[in-house]
Amino acid sequence: MSAPPPILEMRSITKEFPGVKALSDVSLTVMPAEIHAICGENGAGKSTLMKVLSGVYPHGTYTGEIFFRGEEVQFRDIRQSEQAGIAIIHQELALIPELSITENIFLGNEIARGGRIDWSAAKRKALDLLARVGLAEDPDTQIKHLGVGKQQLVEIAKALAKDVKLLILDEPTAALNEDDSQHLLDLILGLKGRGIASIMISHKLNEIEQIADAITIIRDGHAIETLDVHGGDVDEDRIIRGMVGRSLESRYPDRTPHIGEVFFEVRDWTIQHPQVPERLVAKGSNLEVRRGEIVGLAGLMGAGRTELAMSIFGRSYGTYLAGTIVKDGKEIVLKDVESAIDHGLAYVSEDRKVLGLNLLDTIKRSIVSAKLRKIARLDVVDEFKEAQVAESYRKQLRIKSPSVDMGVAKLSGGNQQKVVLAKWMFTDPDLLILDEPTRGIDVGAKYEIYTIIQQLAAQGKGVILISSELPELLGIADRIYTVFEGRITDNLPVSEATPEALMRSMTSAKKKANA
Amino acid sequence: MTTPTGATPTGATTTGATPEKRGGFADLRKMFGNGQSTLRQFGILGSLVVIIALFQLLTWLIKGTGLTLSSTNLINVVNQYSYILILAIGMVMVIIMGHIDLSVGSVAAFTGIIVAKAMSEWNLPWPLAIVLGLLVGAAVGAWQGFWVAYVGVPAFIVTLAGMLIFRGGNQWIGQSTTTPVPVEFTYIGAGYLPDVPGSLFNYATMALGVLGAAWIVYNELHLRSVQKKMGSPQAPLWVSIVKVVLLAGVILWAAWLFATGRPGTSFPISGIILVLLVILYSFITRSTVFGRHIYAVGGNRLAATLSGVKDRRVDFFVMMNMSVLASLAGMIFVARSTASGPQDGNGWELDAIAAVFIGGAAVSGGIGTVIGSIIGGLVMAFLNNGLQLLGVGADWVQIIKGMVLLLAVGVDVWSKSQGRPSILGLWSRRRRTRLEEQGPTEPPAVVPSSGTNESSEPRDVARL
Repeated sequence: MSAPPPILEMRSITKEFPGVKALSDVSLTVMPAEIHAICGENGAGKSTLMKVLSGVYPHGTYTGEIFFRGEEVQFRDIRQSEQAGIAIIHQELALIPELSITENIFLGNEIARGGRIDWSAAKRKALDLLARVGLAEDPDTQIKHLGVGKQQLVEIAKALAKDVKLLILDEPTAALNEDDSQHLLDLILGLKGRGIASIMISHKLNEIEQIADAITIIRDGHAIETLDVHGGDVDEDRIIRGMVGRSLESRYPDRTPHIGEVFFEVRDWTIQHPQVPERLVAKGSNLEVRRGEIVGLAGLMGAGRTELAMSIFGRSYGTYLAGTIVKDGKEIVLKDVESAIDHGLAYVSEDRKVLGLNLLDTIKRSIVSAKLRKIARLDVVDEFKEAQVAESYRKQLRIKSPSVDMGVAKLSGGNQQKVVLAKWMFTDPDLLILDEPTRGIDVGAKYEIYTIIQQLAAQGKGVILISSELPELLGIADRIYTVFEGRITDNLPVSEATPEALMRSMTSAKKKANA
Repeated sequence: MTTPTGATPTGATTTGATPEKRGGFADLRKMFGNGQSTLRQFGILGSLVVIIALFQLLTWLIKGTGLTLSSTNLINVVNQYSYILILAIGMVMVIIMGHIDLSVGSVAAFTGIIVAKAMSEWNLPWPLAIVLGLLVGAAVGAWQGFWVAYVGVPAFIVTLAGMLIFRGGNQWIGQSTTTPVPVEFTYIGAGYLPDVPGSLFNYATMALGVLGAAWIVYNELHLRSVQKKMGSPQAPLWVSIVKVVLLAGVILWAAWLFATGRPGTSFPISGIILVLLVILYSFITRSTVFGRHIYAVGGNRLAATLSGVKDRRVDFFVMMNMSVLASLAGMIFVARSTASGPQDGNGWELDAIAAVFIGGAAVSGGIGTVIGSIIGGLVMAFLNNGLQLLGVGADWVQIIKGMVLLLAVGVDVWSKSQGRPSILGLWSRRRRTRLEEQGPTEPPAVVPSSGTNESSEPRDVARL
């Protein structure tokens, strides 16, 4: 049996930006009804390649040829690529929250007769599409009432409405929980069964391993290799080796912990949801941290980990009901963020672009921003000291930038995260709460972040690490708490913790309910 | 572009791309900025020079003599626009915060009438009347700041209401008629530096000019010494010399023009108040903790609050400060026109807002400088003035001013769309939210606050 002709062939694609060659001579071949994964570190050129394919970068701004369903195509914009049957689903969903599911699905593609929208036909077709993606929702529901997972499905329904032949998914499961992720992966497999090919960009290697037929690895703008999953021998380590160009001995740096006394305790912490008074996001939680200890906080998304952390950090989330914080044997009251900082707490937020950084600022101004008064006399900022401080952190944390006068918006994710870490290290904290500090960061930068965290612990600081990645917690934490529905359900030394045991505690009430 | 990029990490290739931009020309630009949008301000300074030169040329061609840069005209421009520029100082801080203040004209008029009444009817001495005026401004500002900061009503609405309330207040107190002010009071709006009779030029004005030039020299020397100490790249010496000679020359020349006007005139007192305020507020916005907090909240309110900035307090004081400056502007105007009337300050807010945006501020907040706004205000002032000198009617003056505003901001938006996100796009997505109030339109990654009850139910399983 001879192989069918490929549905997509990109040949020798080269794309340059001023001063950077983002893609050089990249070729990609996707077969019909194939799920083709693209892997690579952040900044390797995956998204650029997809933007070339979908016409975001119009024909002429790159060199190379694209053949789609046997014909050469030269898309000038995204509309043309959609008409050809290529739909791209971005990491950030492009739905309009105030509009209904139906309105969103047919936005720009309305079922109209003589300029008038035929709503009943649209709704019928929407119901049909929702059934195909397995979403049981009223098509009149506004998007804002749907969770992220369901929104993702609406996006796919929207693509199906346009009679898609090739679906591009950019980090589709990044914001999804495991159930939703699994549902989505099943759906992609289902579409494959109907002859729709998919290109999937993902950092989650386990998912790729699970559903991909072929994997193309991109590194520094070059297509390094294409792996055939069915040929065997492809596992996560093999993929990582291709992505980083070397075999990673260990994803976590070695460390000998030196753990001291308990210096920080949270007792009976009870916090109310800010909008729904009857909901408690923390229910009598107890927590303690020792000097030099890295304490993991494991839990499902929405279990209340971030809420717990933020409420401890100067009550920046929810309404305080009860509970005490004891630091160095003394009870302290942290009514706002400023007092939390003054008492030596630091909170590195989950989303650095929304909560962590002012993207209009320079590196140096960002680094000193959480404790400006430290370099100010009579409230006048000493700009000389500011530059010195920033420069020393730039060297210490190896922030890749020519100078500290550069805007943080221009940095890569890993370097932005280092700026955020520097900002909080500058406040001289005793306790650092790190909320998903490695999310969206490539493998190499993750290793550096882990090293920094371990150095902080080695200095005798306490670290609370919130992470959704259990291997990460097991890799660098000394002790792990599990959180479920606002309660702390378990407290395990890392030597006793296994992914299975943690997952059980993270879903404990569910288990009881099912039993 | 044949370098083998495969050999270098991508991070290094991107960041090392523009080394030639440092030093030299970039340093020249930096002088006018706050580390923010310096290119834009440099451009706007260029347009100011072009506009002045253009009108000088046009008046020379049409009227036979260059009128724009004559002593009389320069003094006129300062007298006519100092109060708008004072408003622009406060307005840029409001706009950096992502707010807007529409009430400044009405607040100015409201203060004006109170001060005028206080002097003419209660015989309040003029120095006390000025203090009273500033207190009225502070009270009005506290009122508006309260609504903006602690109730959370958008500043646009609060100050739209204030615009009506304080305009009405002015007309009620003044019974919609004009109230004259004593002669001594007019000094702050129509006075000049003292003159020595029979002298060739005004000594005080020239002294100020020399002081300004000396400051330019000192500043450059200081900058170079700091750069040397830091080991950061220094501009070549000739760049520094050119910069100093150029700037000091302009200042001395302007001082000479002001000092050699019609006898009895010199640099106006209102201009001196303006210069002092520019220096003070440039310092505050650039170098104080409070100033940094303004940029921090304007740039990213959520990140700022999580860094310990009390955003509501910043909101409050910025709004309050605006009203105090509006009161000052109102008093200067009343002093200049020797009476307070019911139509004082009409449309000032628009001139001040236009000045700020021409001066490089972003509609979405977080960007803008005092000095940029002053330059923006001067662009509008010389444009207005030049067109008047040429005898262009008020109708066309408005049309041209409107086009200039649109063009200036349009260029900014366009330049941002080349790589950086459009400021108008951000405007439409602007969040006036606080941590606990975030709506579901937030990016889904913000777990504790993302939205509806349903989406924050513990339904999610960790990524493994």
